[in-house]
Amino acid sequence: MSIKGKAFIAGIYEHPTRKAEGIPIAQLHAEVAKGALEDAGLGLRDVDAYYCAGDAPGLGGLSMADYMGLDVRHSDTTETGGSSYILHVNHAAAAIAAGKCKVALITLAGKPRTGGAPPGRPPMAVQPPDLPFEAPFKPTVLNIYAMVARRHMHDHGTTPEQLAWIKVAASHHAQHNPHAMLRDVVTVEDVVNSPVVADPLHRLDCCVVSDGGGAVVVVAPEIAAQLKRPKVSVMGAGEAIKHMAGGQVDLSYSAGQWSAAAAFAEAGIKPADIKYASLYDSFTITVLMQLEDIGFCARGQGGRFVADGGLISGVGKLPFNTDGGGLCNNHPGNRGGMTKILEAVRQLRGEAHAAVQVKNCDLALAHGTGGYLGTRHGSGTLIMERM
Amino acid sequence: MNDKKKDAISADVALEPYWEAARAGRLLLKKCTDCGKAHYYPRPLCPFCMSANTEWLQASGHGSIYSWSVERRGTPPYAIAFVSLPEGPTLLTNIVDCDLDALAIGQKVQLAFETRDELPVPVFRPA
Repeated sequence: MSIKGKAFIAGIYEHPTRKAEGIPIAQLHAEVAKGALEDAGLGLRDVDAYYCAGDAPGLGGLSMADYMGLDVRHSDTTETGGSSYILHVNHAAAAIAAGKCKVALITLAGKPRTGGAPPGRPPMAVQPPDLPFEAPFKPTVLNIYAMVARRHMHDHGTTPEQLAWIKVAASHHAQHNPHAMLRDVVTVEDVVNSPVVADPLHRLDCCVVSDGGGAVVVVAPEIAAQLKRPKVSVMGAGEAIKHMAGGQVDLSYSAGQWSAAAAFAEAGIKPADIKYASLYDSFTITVLMQLEDIGFCARGQGGRFVADGGLISGVGKLPFNTDGGGLCNNHPGNRGGMTKILEAVRQLRGEAHAAVQVKNCDLALAHGTGGYLGTRHGSGTLIMERM
Repeated sequence: MNDKKKDAISADVALEPYWEAARAGRLLLKKCTDCGKAHYYPRPLCPFCMSANTEWLQASGHGSIYSWSVERRGTPPYAIAFVSLPEGPTLLTNIVDCDLDALAIGQKVQLAFETRDELPVPVFRPA
């Protein structure tokens, strides 16, 4: 069974806050849910399925369904870190195609800036089995991603300046987003002259830390037909997990190469058909790896692909993250998968900022890498089409 | 180390030989007698074929750096690395007693042990 054309993204919402002082996480979830349902033209009573990840408080789906007053007949709390929400769309579309539900609500909210959860970590009631074999060496999100960048530089001659172009492109887009945390356009020199935080990554190779959230409403075709918003169809989706493989560590690719291959096969298109891509940008290296994994360029060519504005809308080959992305706009709850979907849908609807809107944007991709690129992560790829 | 972490370790009887060897300065990997592959971190069931026939394999102590980074914000800064062992597995570890500005992929390193939060853990120093 394929999900191609069997589910639509009917509603989206991004919380405008970047600093949610005094607002609990449950309330943020509810506010983005309300926003996405209103955007779709639907109401609370229309929802029959709910999806959330480890950022949801308490018992996740149970606690949030209780708080929001949802009547739920299908639920999913798949947790792959920041990419979770892309996998949720895949699961929601599959459930809709199977007739299990008709209106699926997916929410994300988090507040690493003002407290509420430790940055980047889902609550872990049971410790992971790798704990005594990794934690003593003080791995951080930063140094684990940095080792992937180091390896890429060694294998392919990728330079810090090439990585910097990814931040530069994001900043060119963020200048047009009034909600973005970093709106100043930066240069390659700004990035490579910022302090090294974990070799070879600089401070400006990193995403922002922000509070906030977002939500998506996925609906059955017969529901979408009744709604007024532009129709965005789910054409294909894929997901995959990559890990340490019993010690056969290979940092030269991510699970994205598997998730993307599955998504393109389902959609029946190829990377060159994509007009706009939302790519997970926890760090500049994350984007570079994904470009190669998805097939936007050959393995090892990512540095050349992004240089000289390759990702800037209206300038380069592949406009990416036109909201400014995690690198400049926001990274709510240290989980960037949701905002990747939101900007891709805006592009397909023609509702991105005029300065960054891609012309005739009929096919878009949203891709996420959740967890730790160098140890264990989950990738999700979503391909959407404006009907 | 917090109590929860300690409990999790002491409650894992399958790892008792590992920690005993580590306290004596020896690094144990696991090898599957069915598929023949070595893995790390050690598990009773082989992650390549799920066989229960796994046995301990002592690492030679030699290794080479597969990738590395220096956490410059650490107090003090420290080197984290993936080190590849001739026995097969690559493991996450620290490079110690080294010049943080002179590390390189492919560099030969030698096993050492350090105690972290009462736990003997395998680290490496330049060979």
